[in-house]
Formats: sequence, structure tokens, C-alpha cells
Amino acid sequence: MKFARLTLSLIAVGLLAACSSAPKTDADQGGAAVEERSSGASTSGIDNNRVVPVDAGSASGTSIAALKDPKSILSKRSVLFDYDSYVIKSEYQALIEAHAKFLLANPKMKMLIQGNTDERGSREYNLALGQKRSDAVKKALTLLGVPEAQLESVSLGEEKPSCGEASESCWAANRRGDMLYSGEF
Amino acid sequence: MNQRILTVLRRAVPGCALVLASAAAQAQLAIEITGAGANRMPVAVAAFEGENALPRAVTDVVRADLERSGLFKMVELGPSPMGANAPVDYGRVRSRGADAVAVGTVAPSSGGRYQVQVQLHDSQKQASLGGQAMTMAPNQYRATGHRIADFIYEKLTGEPGVFSTRIAYVLKVGSRYELQIADADGSNAQTALASKEPIISPAWSPDGTRLAYVSFESKKPVVYVHSLATGQRNVAANFKGSNSAPAWAPDGRRLAVVLTKDGQSQLYSVNADGSGVQRLASSAGIDTEPSWSIDGMIYFTSDRGGSPQIYRVSAGGGNAERVTFEGGYNVSPRPSPDGKSLVYVSRNGGRFQITMLDLASRQTQILTDTSKDESPSFAPNGRMILYATETGGRGVLAAVSADGRVKQRLSVQSGDVREPAWGPQPRN
Repeated sequence: MKFARLTLSLIAVGLLAACSSAPKTDADQGGAAVEERSSGASTSGIDNNRVVPVDAGSASGTSIAALKDPKSILSKRSVLFDYDSYVIKSEYQALIEAHAKFLLANPKMKMLIQGNTDERGSREYNLALGQKRSDAVKKALTLLGVPEAQLESVSLGEEKPSCGEASESCWAANRRGDMLYSGEF
Repeated sequence: MNQRILTVLRRAVPGCALVLASAAAQAQLAIEITGAGANRMPVAVAAFEGENALPRAVTDVVRADLERSGLFKMVELGPSPMGANAPVDYGRVRSRGADAVAVGTVAPSSGGRYQVQVQLHDSQKQASLGGQAMTMAPNQYRATGHRIADFIYEKLTGEPGVFSTRIAYVLKVGSRYELQIADADGSNAQTALASKEPIISPAWSPDGTRLAYVSFESKKPVVYVHSLATGQRNVAANFKGSNSAPAWAPDGRRLAVVLTKDGQSQLYSVNADGSGVQRLASSAGIDTEPSWSIDGMIYFTSDRGGSPQIYRVSAGGGNAERVTFEGGYNVSPRPSPDGKSLVYVSRNGGRFQITMLDLASRQTQILTDTSKDESPSFAPNGRMILYATETGGRGVLAAVSADGRVKQRLSVQSGDVREPAWGPQPRN
């Protein structure tokens, strides 16, 4: 009984995914703010109308659920960087390895990596610096065998701070790389 | 006459603070003059004969424009109008201390329109400096006033005025972003694009009909080209990775952009419709913020030497040449319309300030006394620089003259204004 329900929901997910793949050009089209998504344990930022596309042949229901399960390391999506640094600190190694393993087990899954900076200085130069952070996350994943085709590294520069004050602790929270999976961007 | 005025202008020093527009709507830009010349040329604009038939007096617009330039001191002549063809009472004008006076007549024309005639006189030499005639619909009093102010400004300074130009900027209220277009005095603000995601780096096409900009509406930076009159827009660059920093070539056909499709942020050019991508320069570091100069050079920011500095490369290719050497953070270069100088943002201590570099003499001058300056943009006549800064924790626009003396601030009652771009001269 439980198995039948899961199969049905996977079919539904597949159908919905086919409908939701149109490119978004409407400037006002919503979706939750990125900083809400990146808050790790919280799932409040996930748009409930959006559906994670699942290939029933390669992804298991349990691992998809783990992306949002606060108890799973896969629900953690942010890597913080030191000031003026683009090097992933060793404390994030286990997190990067878990996501690499997930991407290798789910080859149809794609990941968008968004690099962020603090607010000081030129917006466009900060955009380029944020790219160095997302590139660092991407490189760490490809070194663990994840194919480039599953990954896209982009930058939000200083435009999407998770913390809005001009303080040292706030700037630290904004020097960040966020990992988003298919259906979340 | 022109020579004398320019001498006066060179002697000008920062002066009074004067609020010109106060009762503005919440999202309407209000202009304050925060620094002006002390030795401004005294000029009078008489009330025009027949202008009380219009919804508002064109001469109010003319006086506000000239005052805001920081180059003129407006002299009051009182409410009695002076017509374009009547003999000028030079004694009355001189007794009020005005060196020049504009007089005019507004008369009904066909189809509900009006004809406006303006004459400008030198009250010392008691001679006409020229005249202008135009027709207008009654609701065009503002545009007509800007054109008259441009005429007076050019006659008295020898340079074209910029009162009829427009500016683009991004207004952020709460979590909503609007790309807006307004007259150079902040009036007539119109929204070209509204989005829940950030919009940055608007850049005017040379003919003033289109804007290129970066929008994050698809959760990554993508470059669009947007036709203002129709609202139609197309993607100019959406390659894998980030797409940003659009800059128009002087011919209006191609854009310099920054792409990360091949690795770090690097300079490319594309056609405005997104076709024909080509590499412009290569480095092992970050190359970004390209800006095209009239002489065919592209100025840009690069950290190839360790810290972000300004470099230039010929649009046709070749080796890049370093332009800035002082300090550890020089970004956002914008060459002047004549290609002879460069403004950029430099970090001095902890302050980010607009700095002017004379390319021939290599002399630099910090133009501003603010500390979070961003995104400088030249007026098309090269005399003023519009930029973004912060006052009281809020994003505002500010303008400073190329000599650092005239200062203005444009702000909204609530919300942040940022990412300004001064548009080109309108083509009639």
C-alpha cells in the first residue's frame, strides 16, 4: 500500500515537472528569496508549488527527501568563506562530499551554485568575486568526480545578502556559496 | 561673454544648500543642491508674456534648471512679463544685477498648441545673444522649459546643456526592484521594469532608445536589452555561468559584456541581439566593468596585478595597459565623453570616493566628500558626474561637477536609489 502511494506520487511528480520546465522570463515571477532557501535546516523558503523533477529510474525517494530533511547533512546548503578568501575551509569537506555523493547517485539532478559577497565596494567587481566562491564549490565537487554537466556556478555578488546590517558578523554571513538543486532555481 | 563666464565658473567655490523640490511624491526623486559656485553668473529669466495660459509657467522650469546647474545665480525681476519682441528695459535688468536676461512670448497656435519665442540679451552690451522658437502642447511645459534652459546654457557657456536628457536608476523599496527612467531633474519618473529580484548595471544605448542591464530574475545574472518605447526586451547574454556588466559600443550595435562561460570573469563582445560572441581580452584574473571610450579604447577593472586596478585595451585587440597605480582599490572606470579624462571609484582609507584622472597630465582629484560612492556616470556634456552613494543608511543618487565644486543629491522619501546611468542627448 505504501509502495503504491509512492509510485503514484512519483508519476505525478514527473508529469508536473514536464509542465514546469518553461523558461522564466516574467520579471515578476516569484519564487522564494534565495537567502531563505539557504538557511540550512529550514525548509520555509521552498516554494510548495514547485516540484523537484525526479527520474524514477535513478533516484530513490528517500534520497530526494533527504535534500529537505533537517536531520540530513544534504539539507545544509551553504559554505561560508573568510574575508577576501575563495578557499573552502576544511570544516565543509564532509558537506561537499555528501553533495558530491548525492549528485553521482542522481545523474539527472543538476545543481546551481550561487556565490555571494559582502556589500563593500563595486557591485560588478563583487559579482566577479562571488563567482570565485561558486567556482571554488564547483571545483571541489568536480574533484570528487561530479560531471561538469550537472553543475553551474554563478554569482549573485552583493545583491542577495542573507543579513542586511553593516556589521562584521553580518558581512561574514554574506560571504557564502549556496547550493540549489533542480526545481529550486 | 563666454570667456568671462568661464572665468567666473573657474573661481566658483562650494556654497549654499538649497532645497528646490520638497513636496515630492514618495517615490519621486527630489533634488537638493548641496554645493554650488559662490561666483555664479547673475542671470534673469523674466516671466514670459502669455505663459499664464499654460498649466504651469515654463519659466519656473527654466529657472530651476539653470539654478541647479550651479553655474548661475537667478535674479528676480518680478511678476510683470517681458515679451520676446518688446524693447528690453536694460536699465531695470542691470539695476537688479543681472548680466543676461531671457524674455519670451507664449501665443496660441493651431490645433490647441502654443508657439513659444525666446530671446536672450546681454544686459551689459545691450545686445541680443540670439533667439529660439518652438511649438508645444500645453502639457509639454516641462520639456519646453528644459529646451529653453539648454538654449540659454549653451549661449552663455559655449557648451551644450543637459537639461533635456534622462537618467536611469534602480529603485529598491522593500524586496521590490524597479528600473526607472526620469528626467535629469528627477521628475517624470517611469518604471521600465519591475522585479522581485535585483537589477543592476543599466547602460544606455548611444541613441537613447534602449537600455542594457543585468537582471537576476532567473536566479542568476543575465544581460538583457530593453527598448524603452515598446517595453520589448531580448536576452543579449545568457551563457552558462554569470553574464554581466554590459557596455555599449559607440556604434550602438555591439555590447561589451563579462561572461564566466570559460572560467573566471572575462571580457567579451556580443551583438545587441545576443549573436556573434567574441572574446575581447584574456587574463588569468578577473576582468570586468568594461566601458567604451570615444577613442576606441575599452577601460575596465582587473585584478591581474593582484589588486583591482583600471586597465585599458583597444577594442580591436592587443595588449592591455595599466592606467591606475595609486592605492589598492580602483574600480568602475568611466571615460569622459571627449575621452580626455576618466572617473572611477577609489578606496581611500575605508572610504570609497569618486576620483577624476586627467589622462594627459596623470593628475588625480578626489571629487566627493561622501564615503560609499559607486557607479559613476558622465553627463553627455562631460560637466557633471552622476553616482550612487549613501546618506543615513539609505541609497541616494548624487551628482558632482567635473571640478568637484557643484554638488547635488537626488533621493526618494522611502527606499534606496542606486545604479544610476546618465542618458545621451535626445535626438530630435
